Amino acid sequence: MADASPRTDISTDADTDEKNQRFDRGQSTALVAFDSSDRSSDRSKDKMDQKTLRRLAQNREAARKSRLRKKAYVQQLESSRLKLTQLEQELQRARQQGIFISSSGDQAHSMSGNGAMAFDVEYARWLEDHSRQINELRSAVNSHASDTELRIIVDGIMAHYDEIFRLKSNAAKADVFHLLSGMWKTPAERCFLWLGGFRSSELLKLLVNQLEPLTEQQILGIGNLQQSSQQAEDALSQGMEALQQSLADTLSSGSLGSSGSSGNVANYMGQMAMAMGKLGTLEGFIRQADNLRQQTLQQMHRILTTRQSARALLAIHDYFSRLRALSSLWLARPRE
Amino acid sequence: MDAVRDLASKKAAVIFTRSSCCMCHSIKTLFYELGASPAIHELDHDANGREIERALRAQGYGSVPAVFIGGRYVGSAKDVISLHVDGSLKQMLMDAKAIWF
Repeated sequence: MADASPRTDISTDADTDEKNQRFDRGQSTALVAFDSSDRSSDRSKDKMDQKTLRRLAQNREAARKSRLRKKAYVQQLESSRLKLTQLEQELQRARQQGIFISSSGDQAHSMSGNGAMAFDVEYARWLEDHSRQINELRSAVNSHASDTELRIIVDGIMAHYDEIFRLKSNAAKADVFHLLSGMWKTPAERCFLWLGGFRSSELLKLLVNQLEPLTEQQILGIGNLQQSSQQAEDALSQGMEALQQSLADTLSSGSLGSSGSSGNVANYMGQMAMAMGKLGTLEGFIRQADNLRQQTLQQMHRILTTRQSARALLAIHDYFSRLRALSSLWLARPRE
Repeated sequence: MDAVRDLASKKAAVIFTRSSCCMCHSIKTLFYELGASPAIHELDHDANGREIERALRAQGYGSVPAVFIGGRYVGSAKDVISLHVDGSLKQMLMDAKAIWF
């Protein structure tokens, strides 16, 4: 597409070009009068001028249309570029929120974002499977199934609990802060969040009344278990507090030193390196908290009979189910 | 390993830690909570620290905290918590006379 400036018209042949130049030059003398002796040549001159004029006008029109087309094309390019930038930003934002998007480039970055979303998906699936197993257990209990039948279902649910702890372990490696935040749980559950999950000691408190009748040995066993889990929870909580204090100390030391700028940079980098090391130990705390939860459930299962374990698992599920329902109600509540 | 065994047998409960390790802090807290008074050896402040750490790793004992009861290696944080939940830890401490009830 040939570019045309407003001043020069596109011409297809040299003659016309020449004529254009003459015409342009002749603009100032447009009002020249012709004497009668030149009338016949004037008419032919007029005709030529007419043709020329028409051609020039057509050329100008073509040039104008060409310019408009080019303008439209450039504008389209610009808006496409803008849209592309916006899409790229959206993609980046979505990745950071953990939505799984396969990409040609920067696989490593999308991986860390994937950890949170991947776990949320896995957890949702686990909950579905868990609810299904619980329903199976409930109908078995209600239909007075034998201990043997109950044991199969109960063992299945216990093994399935092992599965969620395995998933959480992987998630802790990928994104410990997501687990700690409790965003993978509903709001009401988050109320009771401790080190990325539920408190075993509280769970046992809920169950004690619902498991009667218990033998003397069982009462002792459950009591000890409650105390042990409480003690372990306290110990882990204190370790976490020590970690927080240590991290705060690391980040607050040596600000605005009087030493040279290079010294400050080295200090800063050293501080950050130390703080990074401390953050890295968070995963260990979540891991031990989950270990505590898993061990407590298994010990409870050992102390109780099959039928009691069945009732315990139903009670635990119903409790959390109600918490989740409460969350839904809360989120749907009418507001001013 | 001799250094380790030597230290481990000196008291009923012995824990090798590092001063910067917060999980060690948790395990220490648990032992105090149970009424035990374990001997604490902070490897980063101990003269033989590096040697002990090497010996521990050579035995496959992993990193700190490394817990010994009655001179025998019990495990790290995960083992201690598991043993506490099923009641074994308290029993071990009583057997080793680290606690009385």
